[in-house]
Amino acid sequence: MSNMKNVVGYRIRKSKTIEGLIVLFAFLITLPLLAIIYYVLKTGISKLSWGFLMNIPKPVGEIGGGIANALMGSLLIVLVASILAVPIGIFCGIYLSENKNSRVSYFSRLAVDVLQGTPSIVIGIVIYFWMVKPSGSFSALSGSVALAIMMLPIIIRSTEETLKLLPDTLKEAGLAIGLPYHKVILRVIVPCGMSGILSGIIRAVARIAGETAPLLFTAFGNPYITTNVLRPMQSLPLLIFNYATSPYDEWHDLAWGASLILLLWVLILNITTKLITRKWKIQL
Amino acid sequence: METVKKVFSYKKVRMETTFRRALLITALAMLILAIGIFITLVAESIPSLKFLGVKYLWGTTWDPVSNNYGALPFLLGTLLTSVLALIISVPFSYAIAIYLGEYNTQGWLSGLLKNIVELVAAVPSVIYGFWALVVIVPIVRNIETKLGVPPYGVGIFSASLILAIMIIPYAASLGRELIRLVPSSLKEAAYSLGATRYEVLRDVVLPYTRSGLLAGLLLSFGRALGETMAVTMVIGNTSILPNSIFSPGNTMASVIANEFTEADRTVYLSALIELGLVLFIVTVIINIIGKAIIKRFSHE
Repeated sequence: MSNMKNVVGYRIRKSKTIEGLIVLFAFLITLPLLAIIYYVLKTGISKLSWGFLMNIPKPVGEIGGGIANALMGSLLIVLVASILAVPIGIFCGIYLSENKNSRVSYFSRLAVDVLQGTPSIVIGIVIYFWMVKPSGSFSALSGSVALAIMMLPIIIRSTEETLKLLPDTLKEAGLAIGLPYHKVILRVIVPCGMSGILSGIIRAVARIAGETAPLLFTAFGNPYITTNVLRPMQSLPLLIFNYATSPYDEWHDLAWGASLILLLWVLILNITTKLITRKWKIQL
Repeated sequence: METVKKVFSYKKVRMETTFRRALLITALAMLILAIGIFITLVAESIPSLKFLGVKYLWGTTWDPVSNNYGALPFLLGTLLTSVLALIISVPFSYAIAIYLGEYNTQGWLSGLLKNIVELVAAVPSVIYGFWALVVIVPIVRNIETKLGVPPYGVGIFSASLILAIMIIPYAASLGRELIRLVPSSLKEAAYSLGATRYEVLRDVVLPYTRSGLLAGLLLSFGRALGETMAVTMVIGNTSILPNSIFSPGNTMASVIANEFTEADRTVYLSALIELGLVLFIVTVIINIIGKAIIKRFSHE
């Protein structure tokens, strides 16, 4: 009898131990995140000032200088990428949810999977040959196109998944009162799925805001402020990469400040997505 | 008749067909984009395929100055970093998946962990790289000094560490979804026979999800293969064959990132693009297989 009790006790203890280990290992992921946020805050916050945001980098040896060129460039490159990717992504998502079983949908979905799995550096190479080499110059526009290609799978997937959940009766009601097909889609279906589509778009922006690899051979970087999208342009991730791998301490400081801004930007976008999905109770 | 004409005006019908056509075109555009990427990579690596042949892939020396190209150091570097990162990440990603999918599916603590995991996924890779360069590399250098190996700090091991952190969220969220799919009737049957939590996990949950979890590992591996920036910053960028996990090296993605804009000869550039082609094909195959397994699993 006591032997039996021992076996049960042993099994329970074993189960408890394993559970403890699982909880421990699961929460260890917190450490690197906290370490990174702490380190970026500690080193970056002292750099933040009005001048840091409004000035362009100074040559090595001079004190001061800021990241205005990268900030401006990042905003512009991401904006243009969104303008390119959002309409195409939503349209493709609508097609996939409207024609669930067509042959085109099957291959299109496969292609979206391929695009999603494509390493970002490969997209950079391809855009280099599509846009940079023919035009003879690195350009912000080519960087935007590369980022847009990375945004597409995310927007398409979230649009498709959201619209799939809407009941067919919505569409049928619209068609029954004689609305043309495009009005049913654009005025009834899309507004109903707006929250899901919107959170997909923000997630896509958050995903590409920190991308560096596709910009290396496209937007390339530029030490000055420019708004000409046909010229090379600086962006935050590029600036961080170039300055972090440089041997100068002043540049490292700039890179830490830029890291803080980029981290804040990306985290705010993520929290916004979270709030949107919570408000409309979307399951993604 | 007039009103009928107004309602069914050709303009409206044309509008509708145009709209349907636009939808179709965007769907086809994805196909063209994917095929276009493949064709461009193949076309641009033709010079290297022609001049270097297949033996390029297992050549051991990479010396563009003397026109000597061999891709083995990068293939090996990529394989080593990715496999090592996968091994390091597995205990953590499985623990998170099991915790969120089985032990504690609701409540504020699991909500907190879920949010933390999503934030880890959100941090840009260039920031991971920078942080690793300043924090991880000195730690690894210390370890290397104690082990008596050349203390570079940067190298395959450092790259694997940072890569492991970066792929944990992906593997964990995939695993969580799969573990949630285990039918509760199976688990309840085991509990009613007197199984402990651990025994249910070991004998019901894990066997049931085995194929899906393996597919999750495969997909994380595909992620790790293509990751560029963080790896480029800490791997040391040395194009020699790595002889231990502590030696500096290069991956396919990092050598492209470093040398693409400097490649001044056609063969040199083309050799780099061929690496990109290999990377593309491998990741695409891994992705399609992994996603097919998971799809079949969740439809069962």
